[in-house]
Formats: sequence, structure tokens, C-alpha cells
Amino acid sequence: MESVKPILEFKKTCVSYTKQTMAVKYVSAVIEPNTITAIMGPSGCGKSTLLRAVNLMHNLYPNIRVDGEILLNGENILSMEPIDVRRKVGMVFQRPAPFPTMSIYNNVLSGYSLNGIRLSKTEKDATVERCLKSVALWDEVKDVLNKKGTFLSGGQQQRLCIARALAMKPDVLLMDEPTSALDPIATAHIEELMQELQKEVTILIVTHNMGQAMRISSKSMFMYLGELVEYGDTETMFTNPIDERTKVYLTGKMG
Amino acid sequence: MNDKIYKVILFATALIIPTVCGGVIYALVTDAYQAFEHFGFFKFLTSSEWSYTEGAEQYGALPFITGTLMTTLLALIFCIPFSLPVALFVGEYFKGTRIAAILSTVTDLLAGIPSIIYGLWGFYTLRPIIMALNISPQGSGILTASLVLAIMIVPYAASLSAEFIKMVPNDLKEGAYSLGATRAEVIRKVVFPVAGSRIFSSYILAIGRALGETMTVTMLIGNTNSIPESITSTGNSMASIIANQFGEADDLKLSSLIAIGLILFLITAFINLIGKIMIKRARIA
Repeated sequence: MESVKPILEFKKTCVSYTKQTMAVKYVSAVIEPNTITAIMGPSGCGKSTLLRAVNLMHNLYPNIRVDGEILLNGENILSMEPIDVRRKVGMVFQRPAPFPTMSIYNNVLSGYSLNGIRLSKTEKDATVERCLKSVALWDEVKDVLNKKGTFLSGGQQQRLCIARALAMKPDVLLMDEPTSALDPIATAHIEELMQELQKEVTILIVTHNMGQAMRISSKSMFMYLGELVEYGDTETMFTNPIDERTKVYLTGKMG
Repeated sequence: MNDKIYKVILFATALIIPTVCGGVIYALVTDAYQAFEHFGFFKFLTSSEWSYTEGAEQYGALPFITGTLMTTLLALIFCIPFSLPVALFVGEYFKGTRIAAILSTVTDLLAGIPSIIYGLWGFYTLRPIIMALNISPQGSGILTASLVLAIMIVPYAASLSAEFIKMVPNDLKEGAYSLGATRAEVIRKVVFPVAGSRIFSSYILAIGRALGETMTVTMLIGNTNSIPESITSTGNSMASIIANQFGEADDLKLSSLIAIGLILFLITAFINLIGKIMIKRARIA
């Protein structure tokens, strides 16, 4: 049991937007492969900030500093090239945003075309089919692959964005409130999908929806004011939280 | 009651501008009519004769239409390599920084320089350089005018393009970065395709500005009334021939000049209309 090699490890990870204030403070946690970890906490607690540190999104903004270590398969990503990290760590954002100038087909393959990686026609077809099937979108769009991705419904667009991330065969998938812009039915679809995806990828999901965290995740983090207050099995945390702040949040008296 | 008066005044003042515009068109058409009637509309457009011999006067607009189109097209080509980098610098690479604000202010300042100043600079600085480089013996001509025109339209193309580049949603750019794209790839494969048609339309509007530019072109184009043989030749644009000759023209010649003015007006209005339609139709997701 104890010998499972962690896929991701936070070691005293800190993120600061300005010199004076730290948005994420000394977070340490070990993530096991093929799990879904929910990151919860009130607005402004640093959960998205922590998530975005994992694929070096903060490197795009010169004022943001990330300190400590984040190990991906034992290697500190903070000293790796952002491009290499981002190919191994996919991300799905809050608002579905397929590339508006690309067809559904090309959206799935956009990770390759953006990186200038050439695939043969058969490889392309296979990748598109594999990824759209794994997000349960294939049957709905297989006849309109050449249409623009922006014609799809919000839920379909978000699944297309997940397919786009999966196409790069990432080790870790980061999801930043992926269902907050979707209706309940589309949300249920995505949640179902995540259970399936768990087999191939490790998922970290930021969510405001406690029901969602309970339904899909095996591990949960609770963050408050930049600190990781509690991290453990989701079930334990919801039934028997250790920290008083977690208890207050989970019972809906905070946030 | 008060509301009603307000409405009437507002309506009346708003109507003044379209009325004036209509009046200008009416005056142009009636005054140009003599030339069109004398030479025939199509003949006037395609004739390259411009001679004032009494009794055998021949006036045709072709050399000037060619001159205008050549200077404008060249100015556009010269302007792209200067305005696009400025637009990317201000709208993407250094978006929101102090240095971007300084660069965009300086670029905008270029738009405020009176065209006579550009003309003087072109005449006394650029023309000798063209001569020293042996590009053309007289220094003035289509090329010289186009180079200065290009500098003059850079601020228009650059500041509009920068706005459109800024409008590309961050979601899309971050989405591309999250897939491992580099900045250059994001610009080439996301920013340009998404903002592309609007960037194009900003160049169309810049063309609209170059078409009618008079003073600078008159000072630099060399003022010869024949079709330019190459880009280093001298010529005349539609605006410069009018500026050169309106003072000493009467009767048929004056009517011909006004006819050229009408054609220039129509071309410019058409180009501006296309630019505006393109901006409206190009949606940014």
C-alpha cells in the first residue's frame, strides 16, 4: 500500500503575486497516480493559483513568483521548460474555449499543430476518434468533424476542450472549475466522464461544488487563506473533518 | 414639452451633416458633368492624355488614378513591416506595461504631425538620400511619396491592429499555452487567425487615409502628367493634380479636375465602407 510511487508532489510550494502577499503558503502534499483530488475552499483561498502552478501557467505573468518544489514523477517542474511541463500536464479551464477558427477535428489535434508536430492522416484520424470517444462526444459529432467547434453546446465544447487536452496524452489533468459554466445535465456528463478518465490520467480539480467533490473525488484538499488546512480521503473529510475551519466550511457557515 | 423641443433641435442638428455631404456630392456631380459629357465617362477614365492646347484640349484621368493606386499600394506594403510589430508589441508582448504605453503614445503622435511637415522632411531629407543612393536622378517620384505616406499611415494601422490583438480572449491564449505552445506559436496560430480579419480591416482603413493624402504627395511625387513607367518614375496622384492645377483652371479643365475629385471621393468612400463592414462582420469569439 505505502509503496505507490507518487505522480505529483508539492513540497513547500509558495506562490506570490506581489512581494508582500503570498497567495499560496507552503503547501506540501503527495498525489498518487490515477486518483481524483478535489481542491476546495472559499473564493480567494489560492486553490486556482495552486492548480495553475502545476503547469507553470504563472510563468506567463512576470510578476508572479513560485517557490518551493513541485515534483512530477520525481522531477522538479519549476526547473523544467514550461513547454515540456505543459505537454505532460493538461488543463481544462472554467469557461469552455475551443479555438474559434478551427474545426472540431483540428481542435482535438490543436496540441500537435500548435507545437508543430506532424502526424500522418491515419494517426490524426485515430487520435481524434480515441479522444472524442474518451470524452463521449464521438457519437454526437462524428458527422460534423469539419464544423467549427464553437457551434457546439457549452457542455459539448467543454468535452471538446477535455479531448484537446487528452490528445497530448498527459500524465496529469488539471481542471479549474470545469463545470461552473455548465447546466446540471452537462455537469453530470462531465462528472461521469472524469470517473472513466481516472484510469488513464491523474486529475486535480478545483471545485466550489461540495456535492461534486463528494461524488467524484477520492482525495480532498481544503485550502483557506493560502494554506492547505486539511488533505485526506474525501469521505473522511466530509464525515469527520479534523480542522475546525474545514468543518465550518463544509457545513456552509463560511465562504 | 421640453422633451419635444430637445428632440427637434437634436434632429435638426443631426441632419446638417448628411445634408452637407449630399450637397458636396451634388456639387461634384454637376460640376464634373461637363467633362464627362465632353469626353464620355468611360473615355475620361481610360484616357492618358492631359494636354491644354487651345481648341484641342484632351483630359483623361488614367495617369492620376494609376498614380494614386501605385502610391497607396506601395505605402501599404511599406507600412506593414513597421505597423505589425508595433501592434504586436503594444497589444500582446508588452500589453499593459509602461513601455507599451510610451510606444503607443509616440506612434499616435505621428498621426498628429501636419502633412506639410512630412512633405518637408521627405523633400529635404529623404529625397537627397534617394538621389545619393542612385535610385532615381531627380529624387522625387512614386517611391519617395510612398515611403513618406507609409510612415504617415503607420499610426492608423498600428493602433487599430493593437486594439484588435488585445481583444483576443485570454481564455484562448491560455488554452493554447496549456497545450505546450510557445509564444510565437500562440501568435501565429491563435492570435492572428482570430484577429486576422479585423487586422486586415484596419489596413483597409489606413489605405483610405493614404488615398486622399494631398500635401505630402504633391511635394514629393514629381508632378508629371503621364502614367508612371516604374516605381522610381515621377507622376501625379488624383489629389496632387487637383492641388497643382485648380488655381489656373477654368471651364473644361476645371470640370475635368472636379471629375477626378469625384472619382477619388467614390474610391475613398468605397474603401472606407469595406473597412467598416469588415470590422462589423468579423466577430471575435
